[in-house]
Amino acid sequence: MGAGFGMTDLVSTRPERFFSDRFNITAGLMERVLGGNLVGKVDDADIYLEYRINEELLLEEGTVKKASRHVSQGAGVRAQSGTRTGYAHTDEISIRNLDEAARQARAIADRSGTSGAVALASRGRPHDLYSLAEPPIAAELARKLDLLKRIDTETRAVDPRVNQVIASITSEEVVMLIATASGWTVGDIRPLTRLNVTAIAEEGAKREIGSYGGGGRVTFDFFLEDGRWRRFATEAARQAVLKLRAVDAPAGAMTVVLGPGWPGILLHEAIGHGLEGDFNRKGTSAFSGRMGQKVASELVTVVDDGTIANRRGSLNVDDEGTPTGRTVLIENGILTGYMQDRLNARLMGMKPTGNGRRESYAYAPMPRMTNTFMLAGPDDPADILRSVKNGLYAVTFGGGQVDITNGKFVFSASEAYLIEDGRVTAPVKGATLIGNGPDALTHVSRVGRDLQLDEGVGTCGKDGQSVPVGVGLPTIRVDEMTVGGTAV
Amino acid sequence: MNEELLVKVLARAVQRGATAADGFLVEESRFAAAVRMGEIETLNHSSEQRLSLRVFAGRASAAASTSDLSRESLERVVDEATALAKITAEDPHAGLPEPGALIERVPDLDLEDDGSDITPEEKIEIARRAETAARETDPRITNSEGAEYSDRRARYAYATSHGFVKSYATTGYSIAVSPIASRDGEMQRDYWYSTARKRARLEDPAAVGRTAAVRALRRLGARKMKTVEVPVIFDPETAASLVRAVAGAASGPSLYRRASFLLDRRGTKIASPAVTIIDDALVPAGLGSRPFDGEGLATGRTVLVGEGVLESYLLDTYSARKLGLTSTHHASRDGSGVSVSTTNLMLLPGKATPKELIGSVKNGFYVTELIGFGVNGVTGDYSRGAAGQWIENGELAYPVEEVTIAGNLREMLSAIDGVGDDLVLRDRTVAPTVRISRMVVAGT
Repeated sequence: MGAGFGMTDLVSTRPERFFSDRFNITAGLMERVLGGNLVGKVDDADIYLEYRINEELLLEEGTVKKASRHVSQGAGVRAQSGTRTGYAHTDEISIRNLDEAARQARAIADRSGTSGAVALASRGRPHDLYSLAEPPIAAELARKLDLLKRIDTETRAVDPRVNQVIASITSEEVVMLIATASGWTVGDIRPLTRLNVTAIAEEGAKREIGSYGGGGRVTFDFFLEDGRWRRFATEAARQAVLKLRAVDAPAGAMTVVLGPGWPGILLHEAIGHGLEGDFNRKGTSAFSGRMGQKVASELVTVVDDGTIANRRGSLNVDDEGTPTGRTVLIENGILTGYMQDRLNARLMGMKPTGNGRRESYAYAPMPRMTNTFMLAGPDDPADILRSVKNGLYAVTFGGGQVDITNGKFVFSASEAYLIEDGRVTAPVKGATLIGNGPDALTHVSRVGRDLQLDEGVGTCGKDGQSVPVGVGLPTIRVDEMTVGGTAV
Repeated sequence: MNEELLVKVLARAVQRGATAADGFLVEESRFAAAVRMGEIETLNHSSEQRLSLRVFAGRASAAASTSDLSRESLERVVDEATALAKITAEDPHAGLPEPGALIERVPDLDLEDDGSDITPEEKIEIARRAETAARETDPRITNSEGAEYSDRRARYAYATSHGFVKSYATTGYSIAVSPIASRDGEMQRDYWYSTARKRARLEDPAAVGRTAAVRALRRLGARKMKTVEVPVIFDPETAASLVRAVAGAASGPSLYRRASFLLDRRGTKIASPAVTIIDDALVPAGLGSRPFDGEGLATGRTVLVGEGVLESYLLDTYSARKLGLTSTHHASRDGSGVSVSTTNLMLLPGKATPKELIGSVKNGFYVTELIGFGVNGVTGDYSRGAAGQWIENGELAYPVEEVTIAGNLREMLSAIDGVGDDLVLRDRTVAPTVRISRMVVAGT
């Protein structure tokens, strides 16, 4: 197809057809590379092909200043024997390079011999979670530019103190195709888009920042529906202006109420990473060997679900070709499940759960989260707030991090308020909250009925690989958590 | 290297109506070997190339990049970028640096190892020696996240549509180890690493392993603390993160967006007189060294903070023009065009030994690890998770974890009342031990 190849071809073609038209690589050829080099010589092997187009439009100072477009393509070949993985990748997709990569990946197997534990077939029907009438990357540029300009006006109109607006729309389309040693070839086309608004408000010498955004595996029109873009703009401005009058955050252990949605990053850090299969197989997680034990209050049920339509963290199949699923991690406070890729499932005698993910062809997959959230409980959120004598009410967060081995995790509140005598009072400056994964959720004493998933902005980093994820939470009350403010 | 390809791509952009264009080409190959519990865990080979392009249509611009260097793909990328440039807004400050300002002679910064490569087996053995040394340090080292050896060879070329083209090459080598210590059901992980431009300059793998083990062992028996306001000492690794935060707030894009706590502070006192921060791109064999920046401008030594005074911002051509200043030659290329980055960034050493700094504290916190993202570059508000050792009567007394330290960078920088003499250029951004007179440590 060569030079005539364009965006519309990309989105209307199936992955098998795409790679065969563009690179002359068919499923049969991939199987031949696997068969000739790897099948029978190692425990598991796969070839992963990827083509990615990414577009970013950025508005600042009222005009669209940055527009960029990026193409990346490549193939990764993996061979596994026992606990060992050989991985080779190349950015030139050709049979000669695939053969060479397969030979390099196999070099490791020649050193070790097979373990005899043969990989499970990862068959299963891929989902159909994000077929779109028009992928976001194919939406007309003029419409995107127009939206960015409207966002700029809208954000500034919220308050005269807003004097900087930075808004961006990123859109991506990934075509992947994977052939595994068990003879299973499956592909996926993954659209993804995100709209982000940042506002800076100034008053005298004070300056504050507010950010809001969202997206998913959705069309560009998603931003125009239900007043969504206007809400993102208003929220960014409201946060920036609100923080101009924020008081110092309190310091020390106290009762914390987390609002619904994005505060679910608590689950991602406190328990999610600690329940990824690799750390548990190696015995390096604070949760190692704790399956079946109580790790949370009985009010707490947490799931990881990669099958929710159009969500940022969802996938039809994971990056090893396993259809995603819904894994119950904690049920009524009891630890019930790990998230697995093929390697760790095989070594632990468990089933892959569809959580084998990678940032791109340049990386071997590992167990990662998809959309991780707590199920709703019985309580009225207003009652939960009223139940707290003194504490902190945190509704918006920035990032978080965890030390998987000792279980200590942090997440940083960017919008939070004091609770005094059951009433939400003064906004406080940003503060980091810190806790211990295996017991943080034992302090959950109330769970609201208002489960919300986040707006679609999460990106998770592990071992230098970033993947899009989702989180969700109803309003919850945590009786004790350390708040890292400065007001002693 | 395929510099000719870059030149052709830029010529096509001009042919398609671009008034100017520049491009960066990176070719790299990497190898990594990871060992865990004495066994090979992963071997990773790769070779990659990426061409990034910036196209101007008068005062409007657009960027594009691709890893597909086939002729068809490159032509498409050029055409798309040229088309994109026509839809972005005119910006009076956009444009290439003046052609006369570009570097004439590329200095040899000794960034490339010219020794012969070693075999994959020898590389695996380096990782294995590091991990084995960690595990043999103490019976309480019971587990491991493994050890990794990696190397990287890269070539960079920069060209403009005015006919400029220059290139340079680098190598990089590293060893990292992450052992786990345990006692009575408690597990603690820590790490240590060595990284160098020349393989021969890597530290002895066994020494790296032993340091990692000692770091993990000293965390065993960690306690939570009561909330208290005390002197806080940052070890060199954590002190480097403070230096990074200052550089971020002093970078051009943060400033012209008014998103920096250092806005309008150039020429004023922003830190205690004990603080001098420099960025030196020309350190021979330096990990962050580069002979020219992402716009072809010769790099040098910049005093960012001199005895507490903010002497310079870190600027590329665009942010400099926006601020009415001149570029400090800190442009770097990223996916979406040009940004600002530091080279070898360092807080210069003081006179006190780390022992003297710790000895000066009656009751305080020695920080060895920070987690989370609680640094607000706009306001300077600072709140991060921390672990380390508690100081009692001038001695490290016991390990501490699950606490936060908080303050505001403006006040923290002014409250630096001790800078150690222990600066080692072991990474791109480095600092000696630093003492801050008071911060809030939040715990139970």
